[in-house]
Amino acid sequence: MSEAVAHDIHDDHGHGPEKGLMRWVYTTNHKDIGTLYLLFSLAMFIFGGAMAMIIRAELFQPGMQLVDPHFFNQMTTMHALIMVFGAVMPAFVGLANWLIPMMIGAPDMALPRMNNWSFWILPFAFALMSATLFMEGGAPAAGWTMYAPLVLQTGDAFPFLIFAIHLLGISSVMGAINIIATIMNMRAPGMTLMKMPLFVWTWFITAYLLIAVMPVFAGAVTMLLTDKFFGTAFFSAAGGGDPVLYQHIFWFFGHPEVYIMILPAFGIISAIIPTFARKPLFGYSSMVYATASIAFLSFVVWAHHMFTVGMPLAGELFFMYATMMIAVPTGVKIFNWVSTMWKGAMTFETPMLFALAFVVLFTIGGFSGLMLAITPVDFQYHDTYFVVAHFHYVLVTGAVYSIIAAAYYWMPKWTGHMYNETAGKIHFWWSTISVNVLFFPQHFLGLAGMPRRIPDYSVQFADWNMVSSIGGFAFGLAQIYFCWIVYKTIKGGEKATDQVWEGATGLEFENLPSPVPYHSFTTAPQIR
Amino acid sequence: MEPESSRAERKSNKRLVTMLVAMVFFMSGFSFALVPLYDIFCEITGLNGKTADGPVAVKQNIDPDRTVKVQFIANMNSAESWKFKPDVFEMEVHPGKLEETLFYAENMADVNKVARAVPSVVPGQAARYFHKTECFCFSEQAFEPREGKNMPLRFMVDPELPEKIKTISLSYTFFELDRVAVK
Ligand code: HEM
Ligand SMILES: [Cu+2]
Repeated sequence: MSEAVAHDIHDDHGHGPEKGLMRWVYTTNHKDIGTLYLLFSLAMFIFGGAMAMIIRAELFQPGMQLVDPHFFNQMTTMHALIMVFGAVMPAFVGLANWLIPMMIGAPDMALPRMNNWSFWILPFAFALMSATLFMEGGAPAAGWTMYAPLVLQTGDAFPFLIFAIHLLGISSVMGAINIIATIMNMRAPGMTLMKMPLFVWTWFITAYLLIAVMPVFAGAVTMLLTDKFFGTAFFSAAGGGDPVLYQHIFWFFGHPEVYIMILPAFGIISAIIPTFARKPLFGYSSMVYATASIAFLSFVVWAHHMFTVGMPLAGELFFMYATMMIAVPTGVKIFNWVSTMWKGAMTFETPMLFALAFVVLFTIGGFSGLMLAITPVDFQYHDTYFVVAHFHYVLVTGAVYSIIAAAYYWMPKWTGHMYNETAGKIHFWWSTISVNVLFFPQHFLGLAGMPRRIPDYSVQFADWNMVSSIGGFAFGLAQIYFCWIVYKTIKGGEKATDQVWEGATGLEFENLPSPVPYHSFTTAPQIR
Repeated sequence: MEPESSRAERKSNKRLVTMLVAMVFFMSGFSFALVPLYDIFCEITGLNGKTADGPVAVKQNIDPDRTVKVQFIANMNSAESWKFKPDVFEMEVHPGKLEETLFYAENMADVNKVARAVPSVVPGQAARYFHKTECFCFSEQAFEPREGKNMPLRFMVDPELPEKIKTISLSYTFFELDRVAVK
């Protein structure tokens, strides 16, 4: 990795990008790499979304209609893996690439060549993972959590799955190292830590989370690999191991991982709401401390995913209270956003609409999380659709909404073109109505006892499943419409001003033209 | 950026990146360290109901005033051609007294088989007060085709067993060993 450190500094300022396809293969420019990440993420979002459509089509009615149960399980597993590692995480890394150098007044990322590697590993990892769909025994089907011993029954796909995960881990860890190095070493003079925009702060903390937990995940899947092929017995009770140990290691990674997918979203919302409320963010430093405490706490709550494995009472109480404690710093954030809007001169352009929907709907997801954190009731809710509803509220109307909001908010800066505001508003209302039709009924299904990851269900669940599926198809279609809006905005549209939004602040809006030139801040800006 | 500052920057990048890479290696090591740490944690706290995997020496010190109910459960890990059951399902024992019971296992297939029983105690806190001086679970058991055998278990409940525990369930899961290696 040390060769990557010794990067070459561009001495050809002012030159544009190279021509042709090789520009994208060889590029070390943070804007190009950001674009690659974002487009890749959009492609994976549609690919993973197609799998969700298959799931919802099968669940449209009780009984087995379209696919066989094994393929259904492959769909739930692959949908989750692709959305988590292919759509949400790369989208945030793409935003980090585009925005962090511009927000701290740096000419590029600290390690541009490693940056190129971090991205280009991804298509290979996902090619490996997707190829498993065509293999003997099918794609992985034991759930994205890959619990032993079930996952050890995976067919030929198994080593491909593990290797793909290793690659993804390497890519995210390299991305994280790059982001930390950029933030530590590339800030413009005068850009002190406590002056950094919150998006930079949240990513800084997220990067540390990634470095702490991705290796643990890699270790866990490596143990699965050796258990299957090399006769070890880490998770096999017959050989003296313990399958519950796998769950502990997985969730030691898994819970921080869900925060990896939400902290950068907090940063985005903290950028958008002040702009459209035309007031500075309320409680900046409390936001920073809240983010840090969420990150710390995320390491001591993992067993709330395993209340039903037969933990002793003391353990259940500890993990219950620790989990509930996370709601405190999260609540601080929600209140700060609401206070920022209080008596602000608000307007409701598309990014603001998505940000507002984030605040409301993410909070609903937080509430269902709190319900799940209550150990005795989790015995009822665990592995039902209630859990599915919970994590889709925090991940779709949370993480994904923040990414869409960010796309509308910064696209004019990136492309120099305004998106079509009417189209944006249609996309917003279409998505927001359908996403609630899709996921809200899943709370009812879960409370009534419908298990997750099962292709068939008893007839009393039929009505809400049909409603949910209709919402699902509508939401899927809305995202195709979003792709079209993005395409039109890249191709053309009304010219964006340099500040883009009337209330926008920050170096990228105040010190750079729209579209941003290929090389920006080759001389450091003056920080007020 | 003038070359002066960029050179200084590169040097500090190198230090920082080295540190971060060291963190990555440390956490990879930590993930494997979790395996022994988990066992040690469970052993110290007795949380997951694991009993010692070898015989322990005990001294009889019978507490005639107290009785504890010990229940036996026998499971097969998968629906293979086996019979596996305890001789008695339940015993009333005095803490401090050495007791003996039998489990019966039969290989109902026409081939040689090797199997291993893995014990677990509920409630977990009782595990460290449940001493076995002899157990079929300490080693692998080999079976001829269609062979059935009675396998002994000698145990003692420790008089130190907390008062509030009145019932101990000892469960064995029988694993057929073919591919699985033994740690
Ligand atoms: C107030 C904050 C939160 C609390 C109290 C909370 C609590 C919980 C609990 C107790 C479960 C386990 C439910 C079960 O399996 O029975 C769970 C599952 C889950 N949560 Fe949360 N959560 C919170 C926020 C989040 C956030 C912010 C995300 C991600 C952005 C998230 C993502 C997930 C996921 C993906 C699962 C399901 C994992 C699986 O089994 O596949 N949660 N949550
Ligand atoms: Cu969690």
